Order: sequence, then structure tokens, then C-alpha cells
Amino acid sequence: MAPNDSAGTDGGTRGTAAGRRKAARYIVPVAVAGVAAATIGLVPALASSGDPDLPKISAQELIEKIAASDTEQLSGTVKISTDFGLPSLGGLAESFAPGGAGGKGGSSADPQERMTELASGTHTLRVAADGPDKQRLSILDNASEYSLIRNGDQVWAYDSKSDQAYHATEDRAGKDAGKKSAHQVPEGVPTTPKALAEQVLKAAGPTTSVTVDGTAQVAGRDAYQLVVKPKQSGSTIGSVTVAVDAKNGVPLKFTLLPADGGKAVVDAGFTKVDFSKPDASSFTFTPPKGTEVTEADEAKAPHKADKGLDGLIPGAEQLGSGDQGAKDTKVIGEGWNAIAEITTPGGTGLPPKASGDVPAEAQQFLDALGDKVSGKFGSGTVFKTRLINALMTDDGKVYVGAVTKDALVQAANNAS
Amino acid sequence: MLQAEAAVAGSGRAPSPLWTFGILRSELTTTLRRWRTLALLGVLAAVPVLIGIAVRIETNDGSSPGQGGGEGGPAFLSQVTNNGLFLVFAALAVTLPVFLPMAVGVVAGDSVAGEASAGTLRYLLVAPAGRTRLLLTKYASVLVFCLVATLVVALSALAVGALLFPVGEVTTISGTRIGFGEGLLRAGLIAVVVAASLTGFAAVGLFVSTLTGSGIAAMAATVGLLITVQIVDGIPQLSALHPYLFPHYWMSYADLLRAPVYWDEVVKNLGLQGLYAVVFGSAAWARFTAKDITA
Repeated sequence: MAPNDSAGTDGGTRGTAAGRRKAARYIVPVAVAGVAAATIGLVPALASSGDPDLPKISAQELIEKIAASDTEQLSGTVKISTDFGLPSLGGLAESFAPGGAGGKGGSSADPQERMTELASGTHTLRVAADGPDKQRLSILDNASEYSLIRNGDQVWAYDSKSDQAYHATEDRAGKDAGKKSAHQVPEGVPTTPKALAEQVLKAAGPTTSVTVDGTAQVAGRDAYQLVVKPKQSGSTIGSVTVAVDAKNGVPLKFTLLPADGGKAVVDAGFTKVDFSKPDASSFTFTPPKGTEVTEADEAKAPHKADKGLDGLIPGAEQLGSGDQGAKDTKVIGEGWNAIAEITTPGGTGLPPKASGDVPAEAQQFLDALGDKVSGKFGSGTVFKTRLINALMTDDGKVYVGAVTKDALVQAANNAS
Repeated sequence: MLQAEAAVAGSGRAPSPLWTFGILRSELTTTLRRWRTLALLGVLAAVPVLIGIAVRIETNDGSSPGQGGGEGGPAFLSQVTNNGLFLVFAALAVTLPVFLPMAVGVVAGDSVAGEASAGTLRYLLVAPAGRTRLLLTKYASVLVFCLVATLVVALSALAVGALLFPVGEVTTISGTRIGFGEGLLRAGLIAVVVAASLTGFAAVGLFVSTLTGSGIAAMAATVGLLITVQIVDGIPQLSALHPYLFPHYWMSYADLLRAPVYWDEVVKNLGLQGLYAVVFGSAAWARFTAKDITA
């Protein structure tokens, strides 16, 4: 090395050779950069190739496998990406949902408020469960974390960014949760692929085709792919794919594709999963001294903590469970094409809130977001997202469903 | 021009391995004894003092900090009142985007170009060390400075935090508790990770430093590059580029405060820094070993 160190100082006749040698040195950084770029590009492609070879299984058997799955201990990292095609649901939800509006001055550790965040963008979550009594869910933010911890009858939420905590006891949580059992408080938030899959299978009926479509590797585990598709046309949902662990039947990945193609609306899957018993300390929480703690009854949260998907996707409630969501709500159609007809005020859908008690500026903003339509029913405005569309007629009726704009107009025409 | 160097290097007298440490030691003492370096370290040490006093004054009446500002404050600031150890993390979060890399950029940019502009580079090359070894020594001393600068911030923050706020069991950002000893251990680990986060940028600074003969130009270019990259990292429309930018995963050190520790981004960060160090380090080597030294 040492003699080379003076390369280029000789000059004269050996100038060109030395110049070439000088230039040759730059090959090293270029080569390193090239190899690195190639590795970064190729490794995921190589890793994802080669679906595992698993024995054939029928859709029915696979669904039974999910139902029979008794895995109670797991921990893992979940990546969830949602794209409903809303400009920014976080901000909008604030003006729509009364909980959001009243949230000013409320605790930032309130579960309902934080779970709305998941409805847009990409988030990394960590989940851990140890039996029916201990669950934990954390949203990993930049340099902060939001954790929802359930241990026995205690439910804690801790927001490290604002250093605020939220506390509920099972009684209280059970009361708040209303129809659903308190067991589901953290688990009921369908951020795990399992909960999402259950929501979909609940809605599956004669209007649905369920097939097994090959295998895949998810989080390093072999999985079957269960594809659920609406049979009727007119739905905005193209297909739902659930990857189910071949060994223990735990759903590992959930993908919801819209009917009009493009990026998945919801894509949630484990990136790491471990079915051994999680560390017991994960489920204990004592608020640090000085942390502001909001008790559930002080929080005046009008929504229950485990409202989950129903709360996240307006209309999903109607889709899944008929008219239990709101008074003055009627369901038109069935299965995937179900449309909720809500007579305002008093509905629980997302936009109808606006018609009641939203200032004029917000109303204008809403008008700008929607498309004007007219038909036999009169005229109205259609608000579109990639999944849920809503038609708000000028006479105060709202039709919401995971159906196309035409189907909504059709429903309104038939109803009038 | 550099016959002396060539003659000595070619004379077959292999320098002992200890010799490398000799020049590293002299390099380090020169770097760390400069008034400029001491002033930089002084500024870095003052930042935690400033934050600590500000938080203390604001929360004197028992309110929690950032009440008026709400969102947008530096990370970990709200926990500082509960546990002084969090001042270490808050101070690192405040200094990592600008102050720390700026100090590193000044030292790295100055490393070769400063010698060139002061006219001392040729004398350094006369020493029988070889250019590669000299460059490695320069890089090593910049890396040591990265660690020293980070430790200055961390230790100053620890002292101020312990003086002004209670210390004790640490609540991780996941809500679980760890003892104060383990908290200190994690703080030390975080300081090392933060220092390691700066190694990629230090290599970039070293490369820039070999390009020019003016110390000021090299420092300005290095710091300017840092600011440009930070701006690009902040533009959401360019998100496809972000994973390749050296500051992108800097804040991942916070993942060490989760329970269990979330290593993914920390590992990505260290890998990226290593890649930058290799690419720009070898580019600096290609440039420096083939360069005509005129000053």
C-alpha cells in the first residue's frame, strides 16, 4: 500500500497510466454503492419468492381451522396500512365525531381518539396476548408510543408523548362497551388480522364466495390464503384476502382490495410473530409519578373503547350487524350491498353528523368534498371514499354503504 | 515534490503498529485542544442546561410542561419533570438534528482541508505513515469526536437532570418500568447509538474535506449538505428517497426505550451509517491517495 500512496506524483511519461490508476480507485466507492443498491433491491424479491408447499385444504376446513384456533399466547409486530381515500381522516374525524369535538381538553390517552388515527396512513403496532385476561396493544410512533394494556379487570392506556394515562376498570369498561363483552376491550379493536378476519367472516353469507387461493409466507410462517369475494356487483369491495397460519389457524395477514383496483384499502399483517408466552411485565402498568391520569368516567367518552372497525369505518356497523347501530336506521339490501338509510339527525354514520351541528364553514367544506347528484329522489350530495360511499339527500336522508355511487342513487330512487 | 515521503515510505522500514496509535494520539490532542472544538463542546453542554432550566421554571407551579404548546415539542420533554434521566433523551433529541451533526461537520470538514489551508498537510505526509493510514487516523479522530460530543451532551443532561428533577425508576415509553440502573444502562447505550448515527455523516464530511484545499469551504459545504439533506428528509412527496438519507433513522434511538426493545429501525440506521461510511470513506480514500498535494 505504501508505495502506491505516492501515485500520481511522478508525472511525465507515466502520466496517463497514473491518471488511469487514479480513476480506478473511484471504482471502489462506486462498486460498494452499486452492490448495496442491488442488495437492497434484490433481497426482498428473493425472500418473497417461493410460496410454501402445503397440503390442499378446502375453504370450509380453513374457516373451521380459524374458528378452532385456540392460540391464546402470542406477541408480535403488526404493520397496518389503510387508505380509504380520505384527504386526512384525522382532521376530519375531529369535526365530525362528537367525541373528537369534545376531545379538546380531554385526555390524549383516550383510546377512542387514538384508534381513529389508525384509519389513515401506515402504522406499526405491537400486540401481545396471554390468555383472555391479559392483552396489550401499542402504536409505535416516532419517539413515542401509545399503549393500551388490559390486565384482569384493569384497563390502562398510556400516551408517552404527552405523558398522560387513561384508566378504566372492567365494570366501567363493560358498561361503556355496551353490547360487546368487556373481554374484548383491547382485543375488540380490530387491528389484529384475526379480529379483522372475524369481522369479514361474520358478514359472509350466501352473497359471498370463499375460496382458498394458494399459500404464502407471512412473518416467516407458512400460511394458506383465504379469499373472500362478494358475488353481487355494485360493491366497492373487490376482495378480501386472509392469510391463515397453516399450523395453528391464526390469521396472520389481512388485505382488503377495492373493486376498482389500485392499492389495498386495508393491509394489516404480522411482520413478526411469536407464539410463546409474552413477558409478564408487558401487562403491568403503574402510572409514573406526575403523570396525568384520566379515569374513564371523567373522560366522558361517548364512544366505547372497543368500537373498533365499526367506529373506524362508518357504515361497517350497518354492514355487519344490521340496524343495531343507530335509531332511525333502515338497512336496504343484504350482504355486501347492504345500504344503511339514516334519517337525520341522530344517525351514527360519519357525514350525517355534519348536517346537525356543524358550523357553516364545515358545511361548505363538506359540499366541496362531495359530488352533486339528482334522481327520482330529488337531489343530494355523494361523498366518496375508496370503500364507503354516502349519499346525503337534500331532504335529510343519508344512504351509506360499501357500494358504488350508482347503487346508492338506485337505492335512494327505490326508497322514495 | 513529495520525494521525501516516497523515499521514506519506500525505504522498507515498516512502521510499527504502535506508530498508528502515536499519530492518532497526536491527532486527537490537536483536535480536542483547539479552541474551536472546545467552544463547540461548550455549546453542546449548554443545551441541556438551557432545556432543564426552562422546563424547571415552566413547571415550578406544578403544571406539566408543554401545556400551552401542546403538540410539536421535542420528544421526551413531557417526561422530564417525572424523571431527570429523561433530560438525557430530550437533550439528545434536541441536539441530534442540528447541533451535534454541525459540530461533527465542522471537525470532519476541517480534518484534511484545514491542514491543507494551513499548509501543514505536506509536513504530515512527510511522516512515514502513508496517506491511507493518515486518512484512517483522521477518520478515527472524527469518530472519537462524535462520541465525545454525544457524551458531553448526555453527561451534562444527566447532571442537570439529577440536580433539578427527581430521579428513580424509569417508565419506558411502552409504559413498563425498569430500574434506575437499567435506565442508566439504556441511556449509555443510546449515547453510543447516537454517536454511531453520526459516523455516516462524518465520512461524508471527510470526503468533502479531501475535495478542497480550503478549510472554511469544506466546513460550509458539509454543514450545507446536512441542512439540504434534512430538508429533503422533511418533504413528504420525496418519501421514496427518505430511507436512503443518512439522517432518516436518526431518531430511531428512541426505540431503545421501548419494552421490549424494537430493534428494526436501530439496525437499519446502523446499517445505513455503515454503508455511508464505506462508500464515502472509500471515495475519500480514492481522492486523497491520488491527489496532488500543493499546500
